[in-house]
Amino acid sequence: MTTPVTVRAPQPSGDYPLLSVQDLRVRFATEDGPVFAVNGVSFDLRAGEIIALVGESGCGKSVTAMAVPGLLAPTATVTGRVLLAGRDLLELTPKELRAVRGKEISFVFQEPMTSLNPAFTVGKQIREVLQRHEGLSKKAAQARAVELLQLVRIPAPERRVDEYPHQLSGGMRQRVMIAIAVACGPKVLVADEPTTALDVTIQAGVLDILRDLRDELGTAIVLITHDLGVVADLADRVVVMYAGRPVEQAEVHELFAHPQHPYTNGLLGAVPHREQGVELVAGRRLAEIPGLVPALRSDPDECVFAPRCSRRTDVCTSRRPPLEPVRPGHPAACFHPGEAS
Amino acid sequence: MASYLLRRVGTSALVLLLASIVVFVGVRALPGDAAVALAGEESDPVAIEQIREKYGLNDPVPVQYFRYLGNSLQGDLGFSTRTGLDVSEIILDRLPVTLELALLSLLVGLLIGIPAGILAALRRGTWIDNTSNAFGLLGLSIPNFWLGLVLILVVSVQAGLLPASGYVPFFESPVANLERMLLPAIVLGTGLSAVLMRQMRSAMLETMSADYVRTARSKGLSERQVVLVHALRNSLVTVVTVLGLQLGALISGAVITEQIFVIPGFGKLIVDGVFTRDYPVIQGVALVTVCGYVLVNLLVDLTYSFLNPRIRVSGGAS
Repeated sequence: MTTPVTVRAPQPSGDYPLLSVQDLRVRFATEDGPVFAVNGVSFDLRAGEIIALVGESGCGKSVTAMAVPGLLAPTATVTGRVLLAGRDLLELTPKELRAVRGKEISFVFQEPMTSLNPAFTVGKQIREVLQRHEGLSKKAAQARAVELLQLVRIPAPERRVDEYPHQLSGGMRQRVMIAIAVACGPKVLVADEPTTALDVTIQAGVLDILRDLRDELGTAIVLITHDLGVVADLADRVVVMYAGRPVEQAEVHELFAHPQHPYTNGLLGAVPHREQGVELVAGRRLAEIPGLVPALRSDPDECVFAPRCSRRTDVCTSRRPPLEPVRPGHPAACFHPGEAS
Repeated sequence: MASYLLRRVGTSALVLLLASIVVFVGVRALPGDAAVALAGEESDPVAIEQIREKYGLNDPVPVQYFRYLGNSLQGDLGFSTRTGLDVSEIILDRLPVTLELALLSLLVGLLIGIPAGILAALRRGTWIDNTSNAFGLLGLSIPNFWLGLVLILVVSVQAGLLPASGYVPFFESPVANLERMLLPAIVLGTGLSAVLMRQMRSAMLETMSADYVRTARSKGLSERQVVLVHALRNSLVTVVTVLGLQLGALISGAVITEQIFVIPGFGKLIVDGVFTRDYPVIQGVALVTVCGYVLVNLLVDLTYSFLNPRIRVSGGAS
């Protein structure tokens, strides 16, 4: 991924955060005992802001995203606070929560091929959310569905609206998902790996649409991804997660320019650059992070990255590193922060 | 859609042709001699020979087959060698009885099986699920004849709630008809409901974990809409398949059930036909049964295309 890091001026925003996630913890009850999937994630999202949750598979980023609107399976125990415009979503009844989902906070999932119901037309699946939350008639909802398809740049929307998901390409299906998600003008859009399943050429188009939605409608976006190219392209701020914990948080240009946590350094080192690509021929390899993400059978009082870390010392395994600022507005959970030499 | 329909009807016709051959050959492979059965064991050879001549039993088998096929296509299924009655008429007379029984059994099966399957899936691992599964296993394991006899014993003989046997045409007295059809319908419907319950449960479990169900939830739809609109429609595809296949079981079940409850339907006709080597009757019944089976499976396929647009609408990306 050679996407350049674009530095953007912070978006104008209100005083209080639109979405405030505070000390979010998710634990799953499984037959083999509890799994500590998310352990104390906190972040604030202002109106019109795009925040990226980044990390390897299994780091808890998707679980965090799903926990926000209460979409996790009943086996999950969620604690902490999720304040949307000052209201704690974790305190709401299922009925109140359903009124919020799709209206104030909505989702774009990773798998466009399976996230739409194969049995219904695209139009019906868009209409459904409009009829549910906006009380539109079927006819009005259908007209709005066509407009929404236009908004996400689907060609010939009048025809496409009556087609079934299997008649659309993956990229188009993901646009339909976005159309459904923004139908009711949500304050927050959670996009879970929205481009991972798509061809690279299609990815850029979908990212453009997300960016335009933010710019034109002021939708705040929680972007879940493991693709640092996407992060650089789209995000204002980044939360790096590892093994269910946030390990570093910063504005995007700050993070790319001055990564502090050894894990973040490792992630950035694992991204191929063009000049490196030439040297690959000469036998050099991309930097990789040795080892695997640990299974989250417990939430130990030590640095969870220590077993894979080259900067490890005794202190790392003696207590948990606090997430504290190591540069202005740039906290990292590490006893030995700093950029890799 | 039209080409799909045409293709399906063509296949069905081919199946019917093959079935007619199998039925014809199968009946002739039965042990015993029709002419002897007709004339009586003690008859003299001359009389038996006359009967053979009369019914064309001396002609080569292929000749007999094509004669039979040609007549069948014109709706002429021959005459019963035992009673001399027109087989088409006998069948038309008996068919409504068995159709009613099948329809009622289907109703029993659907009314119990579908809701129980959905509930079991939604309440997976709870007592509702466990109870449904236990009854499902029981329903599958209990033989029809046993359940029929027990129901007669308990409901009819001991409690005296319903008549134990007999048949009254529906249009003569709907109440008397239903009174007599209820027990047989329960007997036949129980096995069906068990099969449907298990299919529905597993199909529902699968669709409920599908991504599009998660999407439906993320839209803020009520759990009712999520289950009954988004999950059910997709679950029904497998259930409809099983339903089509179960029709065969329903017909063979009807043979036994009609014997137990003394219902003058198709099943009784075929049993009587086999005992008396009444070739035309057996052939007729078998052929009509095959037609019914093919027709139902055609309907099943058409239902698919309704449930699953991927079959209906050709073209597109994938």
